[in-house]
Amino acid sequence: MRKYVILGGLIALLLGITIWMTGLESVGIFKMAPATKVLKATARHLQIVGAAEALAIAIGIPIGFFSTRKAMRFVSPVLIGTANVGQTIPTLAFIGIAGAVLGMGYKAAVIALFIYGMLPIIRNTYAGIRSVDPSVIEAARGMGMSKMQITTRIELRLAMPVILAGIRTSTVVNVGTAAVAGMIGAGGLGELIVTGIAVRVTQIILQGAAPTAALAIILDAAIGGIENVITPRGLKILKAAQWQQ
Amino acid sequence: MIKLENVTKVYQDGTKAVKDLSLEIEKGEFCIFLGPSGCGKTTSMKMINRLIPLTSGKIFVDGVDVMKLDPNELRRGIGYAIQNIGLFPHLTVMENIATVPMLQKWPKKKWRTRAAELLHLVGMDPGTFLDRYPSELSGGQQQRVGVARCLGADPPILLMDEPFGAIDPITRAKLQDEFLKIQSKIKKTIAFVTHDINEAIKMGDRIALLRQGELIQYSDPATLLNEPKNEFVRNFVGADRVLKGMRLYRARDVMQEPPLMFTEDENPSTVGEQMRQNMLNWAMLVDKKKRFLGWITYADLEKSASLREIMVEPAVTTSPETPLNEAISLMLNSAIGNLSVVDDEGHLLGVLTFEIIRNILSQESDDKKSDGGVKK
Repeated sequence: MRKYVILGGLIALLLGITIWMTGLESVGIFKMAPATKVLKATARHLQIVGAAEALAIAIGIPIGFFSTRKAMRFVSPVLIGTANVGQTIPTLAFIGIAGAVLGMGYKAAVIALFIYGMLPIIRNTYAGIRSVDPSVIEAARGMGMSKMQITTRIELRLAMPVILAGIRTSTVVNVGTAAVAGMIGAGGLGELIVTGIAVRVTQIILQGAAPTAALAIILDAAIGGIENVITPRGLKILKAAQWQQ
Repeated sequence: MIKLENVTKVYQDGTKAVKDLSLEIEKGEFCIFLGPSGCGKTTSMKMINRLIPLTSGKIFVDGVDVMKLDPNELRRGIGYAIQNIGLFPHLTVMENIATVPMLQKWPKKKWRTRAAELLHLVGMDPGTFLDRYPSELSGGQQQRVGVARCLGADPPILLMDEPFGAIDPITRAKLQDEFLKIQSKIKKTIAFVTHDINEAIKMGDRIALLRQGELIQYSDPATLLNEPKNEFVRNFVGADRVLKGMRLYRARDVMQEPPLMFTEDENPSTVGEQMRQNMLNWAMLVDKKKRFLGWITYADLEKSASLREIMVEPAVTTSPETPLNEAISLMLNSAIGNLSVVDDEGHLLGVLTFEIIRNILSQESDDKKSDGGVKK
């Protein structure tokens, strides 16, 4: 309960700041962005993150999954190693490199975020599938489940909470990274922040930064909610029991 | 029912896990694959349902070459239980037990009734446990569910890989007893892997003893104990094989009619007279319905005029189903040195003494010489 109060309060505060700043209309000689522009920037921001995440999920989960297969045992250490090391690159550096390699604009930003966001998803999918008890798989095989049934009914079901945690991390990080992508002309809320920094007007920076923060918090909570709903009850009980030990 | 013909398994790295194994398991037979680790017992079992592909040779199930069947269909028709159970943690007990019925597309309504039936069979209350999750069960309960699950679609054949291996000895013994009881009802053809000679003797109709992929001896437990084929078998069954053989008997097989049995209103002097005549220093006291009350010893007879007063209360009695080895350990603990065998209502059925057991054993070894082993 307390968690939701804090969450709601924080979101309200951030939205309040955004509305307040937008309401100022101008600071000195600088005009504030009008409400329509803030809304549009927010929509664009979501577009960047949404497109990148959709791609990252569509490609990251299969890569993570197939990395656990025996046939891939020579390739998967490279893949998983890359995913692990890739995640240590700071967002700012990543966007810098992406700008240099892919050029400027919306498309470049989406591609960069997709690659960056795919890393935690690959890693968590791999870890989640690997953590499934081998005797559970053996029993399933012994009872005559097909490979496909084992994958969909057992492995993915059991790994789902871990995979979703990866998607959650990826999304939250990418909301922030998308703001940085403002620097390479992707549009979105990052553009307001970059403008604010350029003209040294705190109010304009806040106009972009506050809704970015709100967005990250909202998405984190939303995916957390999905995680909670989707995690099988049996696994929650198992986890609770393991905590007690 | 199951027939292995010159089955050989060579792994990719060149290890010969099973060498030219031929054996037959008859319908309704409880067959144990026994041997030290690395002897190929698990590999042999897993080739039956094609979890491990065979290198050469043939395996027939019910007369059909297993290689001609779809592996998943084959496996759905054979029950499978393993040491680590492998219950699906995200599914309820009901869904776990109904795995194969579900795969075989039984109507949904039947899943629950079948699961309840099987849970009842393995001694768990369906009302309490059907909708629980595996993590809410104790180790022994999980193992029971594992057994229930392998019976899910009522397959004629069961493959069991040390299904009672991972639980404490007391629960294990209990589960073994219960499973034997279940088997006497359901009469499945079973291939059961274990490295535990005691489990093998207790559970099996026939034991296939393997070493380094080769079948060393395939016989019923009594023959394995009494006529080990070679030094390896002798060592594997152990020096205490005579004691182990005791497991094969139940109290009811060995017990004898009580030589002297009196009701409590009998005159002590008559009792004393009879004891002298029979050269016994003990007698048994029962009530009018022949329920066992206690022991009378000759030395105590003079102390009192009433049999009831000098009676020694029985510290232990036993049921006719008790294995002889357990009965002997009860006898060693009892002051009298004899053991009364009673039914559930306490009626005296017979008595066990060390002398009786010694006689049985010496007869036993005489029989061996003439006809080569007893049937269990």
